[in-house]
Amino acid sequence: MLTRLPLFPESASTMAGRVDALFFFLLGFSVLLSLLIFILIIGFSIKYRRRASNEIGASIGGSLRLETLWIVIPFLLSMVMFAWGADLYISIRQPPPQALEIFVVAKQWMWKLQHPEGQMEINELHVPLGRDIQLTMTSEDVIHDFFVPAFRVKADVLPGRYTTIWFHATKPGRYHLFCAQYCGTNHAQMGGWVEVMEPAAFEFWLAGGTAEESMAEAGARLFQQFACANCHRPSGQGRGPSLVGLYGSQVRLQEGETVLVDNDYLRESILTPRAKIAAGYEPVMPVFQGLVNEQQVLQLIAYIKSLASPPPVAEQQRSELPSQ
Amino acid sequence: MSTAPTAEVVRREENYLNVSYGIRSWLLTTDHKRIALLYLASVTVFFFLGGVFAVLIRLNLFTPTGDLVSAATYNKLFTMHGVVMIFFFLIPSIPAVLGNFLIPLMIGAKDLAFPRLNLASWYLFNMGGLIVLYSILSGGIDTGWTFYTPFSSVYSNTHVVSTIFGIFIAGFSSILTGLNFIVTIHTMRAPGMTWFRLPLFVWTHYATSLIFVLGTPVIAITLALVAAERLFHLGIFNPALGGDPLLFQHLFWFYSHPAVYIMVLPAMGVTTELITTFARKKLFGYSFVAAASLAIAVIGFLVWGHHMFVAGQSAYAAMIFSLLSYLVAIPSAVKVFNWTATLYKGSVSWATPMLYGLGFIGLFVMGGLTGLFLAALGVDVHVHDTYFVVAHFHYIMVGGAVMGYLGGLHYWWPKISGRLYPEALARFAAIVLFIGFNLTFFPQFILGYLGMPRRYHAYPPEFQVLNVLSTAGASILAIGYLLPMAYFIWSMRYGPAAGPNPWPATGLEWLTPSPPPPHNFDETPTVTWEPYDFPNRPDLKYPSPVVAVRQLGPTPQEE
Ligand code: HEC
Ligand SMILES: [Cu+2]
Ligand SMILES: [Cu+2]
Repeated sequence: MLTRLPLFPESASTMAGRVDALFFFLLGFSVLLSLLIFILIIGFSIKYRRRASNEIGASIGGSLRLETLWIVIPFLLSMVMFAWGADLYISIRQPPPQALEIFVVAKQWMWKLQHPEGQMEINELHVPLGRDIQLTMTSEDVIHDFFVPAFRVKADVLPGRYTTIWFHATKPGRYHLFCAQYCGTNHAQMGGWVEVMEPAAFEFWLAGGTAEESMAEAGARLFQQFACANCHRPSGQGRGPSLVGLYGSQVRLQEGETVLVDNDYLRESILTPRAKIAAGYEPVMPVFQGLVNEQQVLQLIAYIKSLASPPPVAEQQRSELPSQ
Repeated sequence: MSTAPTAEVVRREENYLNVSYGIRSWLLTTDHKRIALLYLASVTVFFFLGGVFAVLIRLNLFTPTGDLVSAATYNKLFTMHGVVMIFFFLIPSIPAVLGNFLIPLMIGAKDLAFPRLNLASWYLFNMGGLIVLYSILSGGIDTGWTFYTPFSSVYSNTHVVSTIFGIFIAGFSSILTGLNFIVTIHTMRAPGMTWFRLPLFVWTHYATSLIFVLGTPVIAITLALVAAERLFHLGIFNPALGGDPLLFQHLFWFYSHPAVYIMVLPAMGVTTELITTFARKKLFGYSFVAAASLAIAVIGFLVWGHHMFVAGQSAYAAMIFSLLSYLVAIPSAVKVFNWTATLYKGSVSWATPMLYGLGFIGLFVMGGLTGLFLAALGVDVHVHDTYFVVAHFHYIMVGGAVMGYLGGLHYWWPKISGRLYPEALARFAAIVLFIGFNLTFFPQFILGYLGMPRRYHAYPPEFQVLNVLSTAGASILAIGYLLPMAYFIWSMRYGPAAGPNPWPATGLEWLTPSPPPPHNFDETPTVTWEPYDFPNRPDLKYPSPVVAVRQLGPTPQEE
């Protein structure tokens, strides 16, 4: 019976309890206030019901004191709700720094997910219990929305940019994944499952996959294939800047301003390089929009990101960088 | 009844209904009262149409697999339900029908400032409506009434452009009606009818008209841009061509949030009239209620971003929009408190219109309070785009606006038609509506928090019980809507004559016979009294000559 008629969603993330707490605060407030109003309305309507057909009401015009009271008190209470909600929202929007990043590409009507190790999934996401997971998401067509009720998180997935969402699962199990933004005919079918696994089981699952290369390795292959490497030499002596250590740094642009190199900046630099030109370089980089798909862009980004970590011994030549 | 002799006189008098006959006399009329009835006919047709879509939606959701219609058809159904109900029923209903009929009467004027423009508005409205009907008949549209890009501007292959064109045209009727009301209220008030003697119904229509005039052009331009992107592949909203899909959402909600207030402010005006008349009491805190209407209209323009908390806008923007959304809730709360206080020491009648008035407050309170959940950023992330939102806005728009509209129709029906409807049946219908409404929409709050997304043609089986409840409620609701339609029509022929002021009420509209003569008043009335001031209105005729006033206890101090 309980499964036929659920009244409250499962809680399976660190955020769920915090969202529910504010929900119950609001619920309590609402129940009390509506009870107060309903009791007054029904009470007055009964107590002062018309007893004679010619009776009229007392002559009362208002009360400044009452008006002030019921403007100020609701205002103060609503500010509590605002602050609480905003605090929660900031936590929801800000992924913790060491989160495990998984990449999501949405399209009508399916979810394509790729783990950094290269494992690909469709409409299913396996994640380990007890770790911060961050999803970096984009869409190939219309706007979708990644929604896992048990985690109390959702975010729209837009074409042409990255949005992120993060969660920390606290309970193993299979949870609904829904597309919450209407996206066309099979919108209701665009769902799946998030499977939260014990860390050991997750490692096992990951190892048993068919992935031949990690995302960064796939990106490295693409980097050669699309001849990026011709211009972007690690030494920085090519026609384009070296991409080593680029991710997370500040880049000076031709117009003089500086920008932070994040996923969105890399995506734009690859697909539409003319949009922002790095200072000191000619705008000669070819436009890759239409040549690489969203999945490949994400792999290239994963590769560029991997260059940010201190060079492993095998890639000694990187350390010969001229200190330009 | 003491009103009988008056009714006898009325029947022989010339009124706006019997002054001329024939279809031409209606289609070419410039009488605001006849135009109101033309609108009544039009919006009733659209309400019926939108209702049929709603019934099909609910029937389809009876089973988790959505067996009644295909996914594509379902998407068209909820889109057309939204488009028809919002643009062709809720937005025009109270202003164009009741507002049109009553504003000149309430301020003691012969007509609106621009009678021919008023008729033109009706034609524009129907032209827009016909174009939308054409789009529906030729296959429909599946974008949702929100037309989100780039789905609407690139990917959908249904009749987007023609639907948009229909809404665009109908928008002009809103703008012209708003303009007409503003000018009328400013320039045509009878001697003595100062701003602070206006019935609240007029105040709320003034606030609504501001939104009509300032907001409607924005939606018109936005939808025109969608059509342009569809037709000419411009990169406005489509990121593949360098456009920005969020720009659409900003523009769309800049109008569509205030549009919620277009629907609910007039209903608040109606409710204020109902509460005062049926408690036979001055409105508690008149100036606060009037100011609250304007505050809602103004702040309402600054909260559109609360529809985009998970859309990818910046966290700072989201916080400002959340804060402002809480601010706009305050004036609504002030209204509720003042209505409640008005009942205190009143002489409360439980006549049908009052049941609607009290029902409005109840449902509006629940709709408003659940709005606080949605304005709370962290909670909205979870419930956004779920059935929680669907339930919330139906409580405001159906529970609020439609209850207000029906309450208003029942209250002014004796004025409009000159007849009374069967009271017992009408009370029964009001109760059926209230129960049916709650059964339909309350389960949707639970569904929403459980995580059922909106606009789903099929859903996981564990959500079925709540969906079945909702569908059952909808069938009760449907009966509640059909009953008034039936007895209103019945009453036009068989209802007893109402007399000029059956309740009685204090507004100027009740000083003239029912139905009113073509030019409203034989003599322009001069107003010397405050609004809703029953004790100082010796002219009001109560069924018995002695007037008992409720004993004044220790009163709160006067404003
Ligand atoms: C013809 C030479 C050339 C090729 C091929 C080329 N690039 Fe570039 N790239 C440049 C130049 C020049 C710049 C600096 C000017 C600018 O910002 O557009 C640049 C800038 C960039 C930047 C921004 C770097 C910064 O410091 O702001 C990234 C990231 C990048 N390229 C990635 C790639 C990738 C990935 C590929 C292969 C898919 C590629 N490039 C292929 C020449 C090239
Ligand atoms: Cu989708
Ligand atoms: Cu809104």
